[in-house]
Amino acid sequence: MTAETQVTAQSVDPERRIAGLTSGGWRCAATAIAILVAVVLPWTLGSFQTFQITLVLFYAIAILGLNILTGFNGQFSLGHSAFFAIGAYTTAILVERYGVSTYLTIPVAGGLGFAAGFLFGFPALRLSGLYLALATFALSVATPQLLKYNHFEDFTGGVQGINLLKDSAPFDLPFSVDQWWYYVTLAITLFAFWMARNLINSRTGRAIMAIRDNPIAAATMGVNTALYKTLTFGVSALLTAVAGALSAIVVEYVAPDSFTFVLSVYFLIGLVIGGVGWIPGAVIGGAFVLYVPNLAEGISTGLAGVLFGVIILLVIYLMPSGAAGLVRLGITHLRRRLDRDNNKA
Amino acid sequence: MELFLHQIFSGLATGAIYAAVALAVVMIFLAIDHFNFAQGEMAMFSTFICWALIDAGLPYWVAFVLTIGISFAGGIAIERILFRPLHAAPVLSHIIAFLGLFFILNNGAGWIWDFTIKPMASPFPEGSISGLIGYHEIGMIGIVLIMLALLYLFFRYTSVGLAMRAAAQNPESAKLCGISVGWMIALGWGMASAIGAVGGILIAPVVFLEPNMMLGILLYGFAAAIVGGITNPAGAVAGGFMVGVLENLVGTYIPFVGSELKLTVALVLIISVLMVKPSGLFGRTTVTRV
Amino acid sequence: MNRRLALAVLTIAGLSLPAAAMAGTYDTGATDTEIKIGNTNPYSGPASAYGQIGKTIAAYFNTVNAAGGINGRKIDFVSLDDGYSPPKTKEQFRKLVESDKVLFVFQSLGTPTNSAVHAYMNREKVPQLFVATGATKWGDPDNFPWTMGWQPNYQTEGRIYANYIKQNLPNAKIAILYQNDDYGKDYVQGMKDGLGSLAGKMIVAEESYETTEPTIASQIIKLKASGADVLFNVTTPKFAAQAIRKVAELEWKPTHFLNNVSNSVGSVMNPAGAENGIGIISSFYTKDPTDPQWQSDAGYKTWSDWMDKHHPDGDKKSSFTVYGYTVAQTLVQALKQCGDELTRANVMKQAASLKNVELDMLLPGIKINTGPKDFYPIEQMQLGKFNGTSWELFGPVINGEVGS
Repeated sequence: MTAETQVTAQSVDPERRIAGLTSGGWRCAATAIAILVAVVLPWTLGSFQTFQITLVLFYAIAILGLNILTGFNGQFSLGHSAFFAIGAYTTAILVERYGVSTYLTIPVAGGLGFAAGFLFGFPALRLSGLYLALATFALSVATPQLLKYNHFEDFTGGVQGINLLKDSAPFDLPFSVDQWWYYVTLAITLFAFWMARNLINSRTGRAIMAIRDNPIAAATMGVNTALYKTLTFGVSALLTAVAGALSAIVVEYVAPDSFTFVLSVYFLIGLVIGGVGWIPGAVIGGAFVLYVPNLAEGISTGLAGVLFGVIILLVIYLMPSGAAGLVRLGITHLRRRLDRDNNKA
Repeated sequence: MELFLHQIFSGLATGAIYAAVALAVVMIFLAIDHFNFAQGEMAMFSTFICWALIDAGLPYWVAFVLTIGISFAGGIAIERILFRPLHAAPVLSHIIAFLGLFFILNNGAGWIWDFTIKPMASPFPEGSISGLIGYHEIGMIGIVLIMLALLYLFFRYTSVGLAMRAAAQNPESAKLCGISVGWMIALGWGMASAIGAVGGILIAPVVFLEPNMMLGILLYGFAAAIVGGITNPAGAVAGGFMVGVLENLVGTYIPFVGSELKLTVALVLIISVLMVKPSGLFGRTTVTRV
Repeated sequence: MNRRLALAVLTIAGLSLPAAAMAGTYDTGATDTEIKIGNTNPYSGPASAYGQIGKTIAAYFNTVNAAGGINGRKIDFVSLDDGYSPPKTKEQFRKLVESDKVLFVFQSLGTPTNSAVHAYMNREKVPQLFVATGATKWGDPDNFPWTMGWQPNYQTEGRIYANYIKQNLPNAKIAILYQNDDYGKDYVQGMKDGLGSLAGKMIVAEESYETTEPTIASQIIKLKASGADVLFNVTTPKFAAQAIRKVAELEWKPTHFLNNVSNSVGSVMNPAGAENGIGIISSFYTKDPTDPQWQSDAGYKTWSDWMDKHHPDGDKKSSFTVYGYTVAQTLVQALKQCGDELTRANVMKQAASLKNVELDMLLPGIKINTGPKDFYPIEQMQLGKFNGTSWELFGPVINGEVGS
């Protein structure tokens, strides 16, 4: 599905200018505007809303991780809450038990996430499609149980979890704690998205996508499918673990109940809503899973779950390629309009 | 020794629960080549319907039969309304749709019937055979085996059963033979839903009825189906019993697992069987045509 | 001052007419006409059964408002869903405090969920009042002066059983079945603390279970095989009913102690088969609405009438509606004591100055008492034994203060 749409999106002449900008130029402009908005946003919002958009950002990173795995490599995962938990617990344990600087724990969490994902990638090699979804479903259902396992309790805090305290802005920078961590998260988010884009546009990225579209053909062309698949799993888990580390810092608490099956489901829903195989979609997906349940609750507390279910079903029917599809549709419309105007003139 | 025997029998009793769910899992897989993540919630919802019918004063068996009928129709309706439009959509969309259904049924049941536990009637007498295994559990095993036999007969000896197998294995050729593949899929949904309903009705007297009763059980049901071979109803039932017994023995005799990591046992089981013998212990190997 | 004038002032103050101009002192969330109170409850997700409590509280506050409110102020009760997920709880608490601007948060439910906001609320100096969990850590006024529990804590209850066992069953061999979470472990801790040095000798087996498990038959079989003659059953209603039935089925006849969480006649004992539960010992602080012995009790009738009239959707068999009703009454009492000084500090101060409060659904003789150093409102319980239809209370009302 995604492969076809991408082809159509790219078949447009890159030199063609619309309102004086090439499509690449438009993309740059849109990105610049989005970043500008993201930077200015906290100054117009209260501390609670700033906190909320920070949550959106780390959800976005986790969904981006899932997108690389599912959207670009075609491997399903209902178990990303486990990698998210690895990141969160790494940070919490290092900060609280060993007094490591909060900032240092983020790359460590990412590294451990990568290792875990890479290792899980091996059994995943032998599981195709639905079987992988099933195995990862089992992983995410079992995660809370593993986190409270009593032999690890000294580390994990068992069922009580671990409380953290987030640092305030260093060097007397004029930011509140919430604003500071928003900017840290934003910086990491931008870096993650930039890296993801580069990865996908590279030779490696093409190999990853070739495996998704036709594994046998890819192997014939000399792509080491096993290596790429496990590596993709690792990178995906890395991003999700970084998101988990940020969540531990921003929420200031980790506990087994934070990493249930529902979290994995949210990532997956965010992915599909944002658009499978479209990188910026992760932000939209993140916003969806944060705000829509609140919205559903605002309509009816008792029926929030039903409403949420209905909303995701509607999305699947009405915009099967998620926000990505909508954006593409909008662009095509715009282009046609412009063409018509040009022809008239 | 007594402990060992007790754990075996108790494992068989729980195994019957898994077997009932696994049967529904296999049924839907045979029809649509998918795992239905909302299978457990559908069974739970059916059980609530049965409970409500009994609560309204209907005799047990009338409610039982009515519920199966309603669930059958409900399964077909879900397929026609929700999944028919998605038949060409990618697998991921299906998974999301299953999850949407999961939320709707789970929360809907809670909204209608509340989240507090409800005792469900059992058609079998109370008590047990010298404490080893309850009459209800024996009855449950019996009914699961009867369902299995009926399924076997259905697939083997009825033309509809044959048509269904054809539609699942090779939709294109089946279409050419004049089989309505769409309706076969719908029928598969209806049957899976009905089997799930029977499972739910039998499980509820043991675990008590509430909207969240199926999440853990569904995972074990998947494990059972995988262990037994996802395309093989008899294998799935055998898998159910094996998972039940194994889980008890591991929980009892391997100290570092204990009761704490029983769910993880299911996880490990799923992954290792899929790794070592993806077709399950009793399944046939499928060859993909390139 | 003229004596007559002083008297007149006193009279007016004493009448406390709602219409009279109120010169109150307020913090965010309180005005002359309104008190804004926040709350989180799991209305979705696996712990949704507890959502009953939030709904009951909301219904009770509606009744209070219809009757004119508290000292003339209406309660605006903002109850949000957190799905029993700690990060969501944090988000919702911040929404309540920073965006909805409530005066305080009341009865937020769950141990992991409340743990996630424990530090935050104390940093922000916003009361986290009467939290709905029995963990021991909520009564720590020295370190967390803005957080207070309500129900008897789990450890206290565990200790009550331990003392009973030490006195009446000195040679007991104890088997423990517990839910593998904070709640289960707190009970086990209380039991071990209560047994003291005897714990190692008396406790012969411990088994835990996860809420995702279909049945706990295997655990019960293991516990029976340990040769124990006392079973300490720390389970939530669904598993308690399963356990009671399984114990009977195995023809195991231990002295069976059942935690307060699951001693409802209507939603545990009857579903488990009433005859299977005969002889089980549990402890109580509220009246069980399904227990026939309270049917003609005045407090029960008040509650029952209220349920029929103002909360018809609520489940009259559930202990959660009793819980919600009683805790809401406790808060109303504390807010009445606040008078016109609705500051966060005063709310905490008054919550910590409850003296001998008796409520409709508390057992006779059980009183709510708090003090500046005592953040455990209910600390008394009474033991009861099940006779097949209801709980026969026996022995004195036991004071189970932590540390005693």
